This record gives sequence, C-alpha cells and structure tokens, in this order.
Amino acid sequence: MAKVTMKVNGVKQTKTVEDRTLLVNFLRDELGLTGTHVGCDTSQCGCCTVHVNGQAVKSCTMLAAQAEGADVLTIEGMARKGKLHPIQQAFSECHGLQCGFCTPGMIMATAGLLKDKPNPTEEEIYKGLEGNLCRCTGYINIVKAVKRSAKLLRK
Amino acid sequence: MYALNYVKVKSVKEAADLLSAHPEAKLLAGGMTLIPTLKQRLARPTHLVDIGGLPELRKIEVKAGKLLVGAGMRHHEVAASATVRKAIPALASLASAIGDPQVRNLGTMGGSVANNDPAADYPAAVLGMDATVVTTKRAIAAADFFQGLFTTALNEGEIIVRIEFPLAKRAAYSKFHHPASGYAMAGVFIAETGGGVRVAVTGAGPGVFRWKEAEAALAKGLKPAALDGAKLDASSLNSDMHADREYRANLVKVMAKRTLAKLSGKK
Repeated sequence: MAKVTMKVNGVKQTKTVEDRTLLVNFLRDELGLTGTHVGCDTSQCGCCTVHVNGQAVKSCTMLAAQAEGADVLTIEGMARKGKLHPIQQAFSECHGLQCGFCTPGMIMATAGLLKDKPNPTEEEIYKGLEGNLCRCTGYINIVKAVKRSAKLLRK
Repeated sequence: MYALNYVKVKSVKEAADLLSAHPEAKLLAGGMTLIPTLKQRLARPTHLVDIGGLPELRKIEVKAGKLLVGAGMRHHEVAASATVRKAIPALASLASAIGDPQVRNLGTMGGSVANNDPAADYPAAVLGMDATVVTTKRAIAAADFFQGLFTTALNEGEIIVRIEFPLAKRAAYSKFHHPASGYAMAGVFIAETGGGVRVAVTGAGPGVFRWKEAEAALAKGLKPAALDGAKLDASSLNSDMHADREYRANLVKVMAKRTLAKLSGKK
C-alpha cells in the first residue's frame, strides 16, 4: 500500500492504495470520477484517456503511483462553471457520439491533438485519434466534431 | 495484476542497486508494454523500479558524427525533436508512427529496445543504422544486441542508458501497421551508411533481421526495381491470424519498395 497524491481537475487528492492500482481505477474507484471508462483491457480503445501533466495518456496503462505529484485532467474537468468546454460543445452539435462510451476518451484525445495541431487536416485528425476506437459511429461525425472543436477553440 | 512494490528512483545508480538487491524486480520506463503484460498476469515482478523521467536518461545530442538518444526519451519527443529531425529524419518519422498518440506520450526508446518485441519499430532503426546500445556496463553493437524473440544481450541488472546512431547518408522506414494495435506487420528500414546499404526488417520474423539478399541487390543502386528478383525465405517468418508467412514475405518486399521510394525523394 502507498499514499498517492496528485492534483485532479485542480483539486489535490491523496489516497492510500495498493501499489498495483491503475490510474483509471484510482480515478474511478477512489475519487468517484467515473467519466473515464475501462473499455478493452488491452490498451487499444482509448476510453480511459486522461491528461497527465498536459499530455493525453491511457490511464488504464499507468499505475496511479506513476502520477504521484502530477496534474491530472479528466473529462469531469473540461466543463467550467456549468459551461461546456468547446470540444464538448462541438461533439454535441455534430452528434459525434451514439452510446457515448468512447466519448470522454475521444474528447480528451481531441484536446491533446488540438494542442499540438490547432488546425488539423482530416488526415491529421484520423492520425491524431488513432488511439481511440468507436464501435457505434463509424467516426464520420467524430471527425466533424473535431473540426468544429478546432474552429470553436480558435474563436 | 499480481501485487507488487512500486519504487520511483532518483538516479540510474539507485535503479541498478535495487535490481541487484531484488532479482525479481523489473524496470518501468513508459510502461506501454510492461503494464499490459502485468495486467494479463504474464509476469510477476516483486518490484517495479520507475526510471521514466530520470534526467540522466533524457539527453538528445549530436556528437562526433553520431546521434545520441537517451533511453528515457518518449517516442513523441524523438518525433518532435529538431535535433533528431535534422540528424536522422527517418528516426523521427519512425517514432511518430509508433502505436498511437497516447502511447507515444509515454513509451520510451530504451524500453522498446530492451523489450525487443518482434513487431516493434525501433529495433529496425537500431539494426538498420548499425547503432550501439550503451548500458550501465558496456556498449553493445546492434548485431550482437538483438538475440531473438523478446531476447537481448542485456544481462541481469543491466540498464540501457542511451543509443548511439552513426549518421547516415540517407535513411527511410516504411511499415504496414496493424489497424488496431499499430504494430508493424512488416517494417523495413533502409539506410545508406558509411559501410554500405543496410536493410533491416521488423514485424515479419521472430525478431529484427537484415535482409542480405536485398542488400546485395541494392548495392548497385537504390532502385525499387532492383528488388524484383530478391528472395526472402518465408519459412522463417511469422504466421498468425493477421498474415501467414507467404503473405508476410510479400509484404516485406512491398514495404521495402515503399522505403526505397521514400529514399529517392531525399538527396
């Protein structure tokens, strides 16, 4: 067992957990932040994507202990004071989801992509979301949502 | 995952000491291979020694005609590095196509090379450029380093510190990547080095190998057509549900030609 401390969505959190605790389970089970999902168990689907120190990572493929002292951002931290983040707004407007299971991961991955490339081409969007799988949509509206996100963020 | 003890060390020496003290300990760098392995209970280390983020392992520089890359450099950093892009653009390009963006934010060159996954990309660059793997104990030439499926020359407790790539005249890499995992189903790295043309193939066999027949065919000139007659023995290649060995042998040739096409686009 170890005491793990990290800032999550701006709030310092300390919990005592087993060393083998995955970051995704720390967020979901210890902190009740269940917006981050567990999808595949093989690090392929990206439903678990969060930001650690500003970088999109798969929280199912990290120990919570690796994020000791880090700044973590989850889907719950995207909206501010009840107002949707532009990326969330875009996904809603463009119907970039159906069941919504992959959506938090898609939004966090999109946030990472747009930091690197604020005006991505379609090709760059496809490449930028390679770590995220969707079983429902066929990705068309997700790509539209990313383009719309880029536009909203540039405003 | 089996229970274990996690330790974040502050130096390579501390890591080496812990490995000596605990023979069943494993190093953790990016964790992009190790954590999934542990989740499937395919390994049961007593300790995870976290060396990801150690400053000693995070230098990139060009020195005496070689590009030196610290073992702890993340794939995304190698891809974005102005130093790497100038010295060996093929290496930056290769790094930019490993896995996916999230994996590239955490995975490291040292971890990839130490693991020697038969479908990993970096081994093709290391062997293709005749690079040297520098550890806490010695410098190991690429030819001696990769010894088979998930097997390298590394001894117990030996830690990769950096990899030294001699600069080449030209180099390029192409891979046919598996659509879900991003791993190479066949990846071909071709370099025009001081010592001649080298063709390193990953993803197709039990480990990275040099395709000697192709090197001979290309000695007269780096043209895709030169490979038309080059043979690749399919019997030693991998066969699985993604591709049988004959398909893979052909895929290697296709990727080699694509790599050559990339090379001809460079001076």
